[in-house]
Amino acid sequence: MASELLRLEKVCKSYNVGLPTETEVLHDVDLRLDHGEFLALMGPSGSGKSTLLNIVGLLDRPTSGRLLIKGEDTSALGDAAITHLRGHTIGFVFQYHLLISAFTARENVMMPMLVDRRFPSAEIETRAQQLLAQVGLEKFANNLANNMSGGQQQRVAVARALAMNPDLVLADEPTGNLDTKSADAVFELMRQVNREAGTSFLLVTHNMELARRCDRIIEVVDGRIHA
Amino acid sequence: MNRWLPFEWVTAVRFLREGRLQTIFIIGGIAIGVAVIVFMSAMLAGLQANFIKRVLTSQPQIQLLRPDQVARPLRNGPGEIEDAVVQRPSQRVISIDQWPKIRSQMLAMPEITAVSPTIAGSVLAVRGDSSRAVTLTGVEPDTYFNIVRVPDYIVAGQARLTSDDIVIGIELARILGATVGDKLNIQAASGAIRVLTIAGLVDFGNKGTNQRATFVALRTGQSLLGMIGGVTTIDMTVKDIYAAEEIAKRIEAANPVEADSWIATNAQFFTAVRAQETSNTLIRLFVGLSVAFGIAAVLVVSVIQRSKDIGILRAMGTSRGQILRVFLLQGGLLGFVGSLVGAAMGAAALIYWHSIARQADGSELFPLILERRLFILTALLATVTGLLAAMAPAVRAARLDPVVAIRG
Ligand SMILES: Nc1ncnc2c1ncn2[C@@H]1O[C@H](COP(=O)(O)OP(=O)(O)OP(=O)(O)O)[C@@H](O)[C@H]1O
Ligand SMILES: [Mg+2]
Repeated sequence: MASELLRLEKVCKSYNVGLPTETEVLHDVDLRLDHGEFLALMGPSGSGKSTLLNIVGLLDRPTSGRLLIKGEDTSALGDAAITHLRGHTIGFVFQYHLLISAFTARENVMMPMLVDRRFPSAEIETRAQQLLAQVGLEKFANNLANNMSGGQQQRVAVARALAMNPDLVLADEPTGNLDTKSADAVFELMRQVNREAGTSFLLVTHNMELARRCDRIIEVVDGRIHA
Repeated sequence: MNRWLPFEWVTAVRFLREGRLQTIFIIGGIAIGVAVIVFMSAMLAGLQANFIKRVLTSQPQIQLLRPDQVARPLRNGPGEIEDAVVQRPSQRVISIDQWPKIRSQMLAMPEITAVSPTIAGSVLAVRGDSSRAVTLTGVEPDTYFNIVRVPDYIVAGQARLTSDDIVIGIELARILGATVGDKLNIQAASGAIRVLTIAGLVDFGNKGTNQRATFVALRTGQSLLGMIGGVTTIDMTVKDIYAAEEIAKRIEAANPVEADSWIATNAQFFTAVRAQETSNTLIRLFVGLSVAFGIAAVLVVSVIQRSKDIGILRAMGTSRGQILRVFLLQGGLLGFVGSLVGAAMGAAALIYWHSIARQADGSELFPLILERRLFILTALLATVTGLLAAMAPAVRAARLDPVVAIRG
């Protein structure tokens, strides 16, 4: 049996807590994700997918309930510990504003390692170059982020998400802005990393065809999970 | 990517470089402020140094005089004044009592570098039909020229003072229509008359002084003013010019003389300097403030523009502290680079102004003083100003909620 990577227990999330506009977006969500699992998260717009992803990604905290990562309860951790855990455990691929425009493709991939180690090094640079080769963009290493197509940028973003060898990559509609062919390439890339490195993926998508190619599909409707 | 720069530096420099136009404009603003401060400070320092140099080579730093002759009111009993109105007596030319003794005491003081007894009084300079009341100063050239550098101010002839020579101010020469080599009739109130030869003309850069000043040998002066063996003043220079006032006070307390220091004599100058320093400080303060506001404004905008970048950086494990430092550094770098550019601009303006600004006589208006200390201090101050100005925007960036930033 596969080992558990993370678990959500009765997670609720409300926005604008204490204000008249307070709304609960997630209701008692229970979810388990194993090492090496490739999970698709689907659901109508506004159902709470991004909210759930932010909580899993330690960018946001649940209003109530617990998030355990590798058995450790994260609700007790302070901001610095959360930031450290996030940097070392989780990689992100977003739908928009994928890369930092002030840096080249290779430098974008180097960033998570640079943040962690503080000083650039040949080792970091070599690893970034290898990751770019893995996503098929070694020739674009010195391109500024904005001088690449959307699909290329998203592949660089995948390479960047893998830089710290995370256990889990969270991808919030990473292919939503891409044409079918580029979307397919990005998806296949992630699937390949999942197969070869055993990295877990949680992928938010509206694309049923892509979702079918995942290990498991979870549906979020009105802040509740329908497995 | 530079191997020696840590994450915060790399990111700060890239952000500044990417926001090229903003960066250039704010650096321009800082540079202009810094240039104004550098230019103003250096020029004022130069003007002051020039003035002090002039004062110190054309005036004794301490001058000993016979104390004022005070009229004593008649009194019947203690505290009772008979005649309320006491007329000041006219101050006759009288020698300082026992001046050779005072001179040797002064020479024994280690903080005093030169001592010269002189005699001064009013006489009439006559040549042909024209005459003029002038101040006759009898000096010992050997010692006196170390105190008042008459030879430095000679514009014609030479500073030679044998018993029949006289050196006069250039304006006086013009009024009397005389020049070097001409004879001059000197008539004293006592009735004494001497015919002296003009050995040299001096220009002290001051019209009044140039009209009145005449120098003769001490013995010539003594005989003309009817005071053989007497002197009216003892002129001195000191090691530390700024201690002159304090030394003068001490001499006055210990001797029956009045001691005037150049600081007391030029009190007006020091008042002006102080006023100028106050306004200089105010200008610096306000330039500093407007630079700080400029930097803060640019960085506040930059934090908003970069909120998505900040969100992504936070998502990949960047701590609040690291984000804070990235923006603080940007402020510090703007201040530092702006101050370098500004210092260069200020120095260039100073060199240019120095080359075109001349005094009436064609000499430089102020000496070019480009102190390294001024530049280092300005750069340091600008960097600190930049760091402080960046505080609020940096805290804002560090507090940014990554969820909001990424969604934004
Ligand atoms: N910061 C916020 N403050 C208040 N309400 C919010 C906030 N973020 C999200 N919401 C609300 O929470 C609900 C869930 O939003 P969420 O972004 O998680 O949906 P989603 O499933 O990702 O939708 P989409 O498919 O359009 O991305 C929505 O009704 C949204 O309006
Ligand atoms: Mg969403």
